[in-house]
Amino acid sequence: MNEIPLTHILFVSTALFFIGMYGFFTRRNMITILMSIELILNSVNINFVAFNKYLFPQNLDGIFFTIFIISIAAAEAAVAIAIIINMYRSLHSVDVNETSELKF
Amino acid sequence: MILNDIFILMKQELMLLGIIMILLIIKVGKDWSNESLLNLINALLLINVMSGFMMPAEGFLFGDMFKTNSLITLEKNILNIGTLIISLQSYSWLKNHKHLIEFYILMLSTLLGMFYMVSSGNLLMFYLGLELSTIPLAAMANFDLEKRKSSEAALKFIISSAFSSGLLLFGISLLYGTAGTLSFTEITSHLTNTPLQIFSFVLILAGFSFKISVVPFHFWTADVYEGSPVAVTSYLSVISKGAVLFVFVSVLYTVFKPLAEVWYNMLFLLSVLTIVIGNLFALRQDNIKRFLAFSSIAQVGFILVGISGSSQMGTASVIYFVLIYIFSNLGAFGVVSLVSAIAGKENISDYRAFYKTNPFLSWVLTIALFSLAGVPPTAGFFGKFFLLIAGAEQGNYILIAIAALNMVISFYYYLRIVKSIFMDPNEHPIEKLTIPMMPKIALFICLAGIVVIGLWSSIYEYIYSLSTGF
Repeated sequence: MNEIPLTHILFVSTALFFIGMYGFFTRRNMITILMSIELILNSVNINFVAFNKYLFPQNLDGIFFTIFIISIAAAEAAVAIAIIINMYRSLHSVDVNETSELKF
Repeated sequence: MILNDIFILMKQELMLLGIIMILLIIKVGKDWSNESLLNLINALLLINVMSGFMMPAEGFLFGDMFKTNSLITLEKNILNIGTLIISLQSYSWLKNHKHLIEFYILMLSTLLGMFYMVSSGNLLMFYLGLELSTIPLAAMANFDLEKRKSSEAALKFIISSAFSSGLLLFGISLLYGTAGTLSFTEITSHLTNTPLQIFSFVLILAGFSFKISVVPFHFWTADVYEGSPVAVTSYLSVISKGAVLFVFVSVLYTVFKPLAEVWYNMLFLLSVLTIVIGNLFALRQDNIKRFLAFSSIAQVGFILVGISGSSQMGTASVIYFVLIYIFSNLGAFGVVSLVSAIAGKENISDYRAFYKTNPFLSWVLTIALFSLAGVPPTAGFFGKFFLLIAGAEQGNYILIAIAALNMVISFYYYLRIVKSIFMDPNEHPIEKLTIPMMPKIALFICLAGIVVIGLWSSIYEYIYSLSTGF
């Protein structure tokens, strides 16, 4: 059975990164923006695991980094959702267009 | 033996951890009154500052994950002093706050994150420190819980910082793919200017630029500064920015040294953009916090000029400038936070005829603004002077000329505030404020810092002797 080449995996992760970026800039719902950020972080995870497995299998640096990214992403999402809930109490909406009290 | 090393090398981190533990225990136990708590916490922070100067040590821990030397200890001491001043200044705001202990726990954990970031010798450690120093800051920005502005600021901060750390991480992952290691010293030997490495460097630079609000990535700064409580704003603009700048200099000068030609051109472009746009936007602000936000963006532009010099003087002048910037910016923010906490006014037009009612505060604000602008007897002049000299070592005089011209422009908007304090008439000036003792001490420390650092040149020589060359 042939192994999947590294370039295929990198293609997936780069596509995921830019999909996340696109979502981040176009979506207006705060929760969806958070989901886009998670996509970006997951593309990084795929990169790390793939590089570690294919190029540098003698150390486990990449896999350790992935574990830390997953746990930090969870903490980040927790704080962000707490802020969004606090905001929902005064705004009654999760649309970023409503957050317009501070402007140039 | 290893335990002994940990206690000596990580003493500043362990000290902070100890204070956080004490606060957690107090939180679980019986209720204290806010005033006695504030006294206790400020005393603990003072002990923390003083213990930082004792028993300096050098060495590595956990492979090369954690490193420390006398320069890093000095950087941590600078951050400690800034935190103590902010804690003293926010006395009148925190006195009536319901969640006082949580505020300090969050603030000290961000400081702990910055310490680990400053002494990191490995990309994993660096990333963990960076996240520990930004995630609690978002919660701190939301500390005026019932104000809509505050939660808006927190939302903008957490989303932009999460995005920037995403960019940074993608860059780090590509760098790992090309170098095969995460340790700073080993990466340097693997850098060979391949396109993929340059791309990963651009992503890492973008992540850094978000944190220190360099111009194409500065959009969150003004909104977050205006919306958050003043104590958090000053913490953001001074401590968190200073810590990232320290790391930025050391990462550029050691890890990305083989890419020096690439990053010099990028820094040139970024610093010109940052200085010009920061100045132009600062000209038209009415809210004093927004004004200080844009002025801090322009100051970062000057720091980038110093960094682009890539010499021993570059490191020294950046650290020296951050030290001065802490005192002068905190002097300005101290007055702003007093006026905002007691009189509830934050517009520049409210400061007209401020001198008639509050001469002491007016003088503090004036000297701090002079130092930010760079008027000779104050320390700010020497800070900017050394930055420009460090930048001039590369022989690119266009950059220095643009920076010097922009210094002149910045005089206009700083002196505009000084003029409205002393000269403009106002029928309803801000009433006479009674300054509590702790903010008064903080203001005196800032004043002393601005004057003494400017006149006592051996401080710069000391920093220069510690800093490493390029």
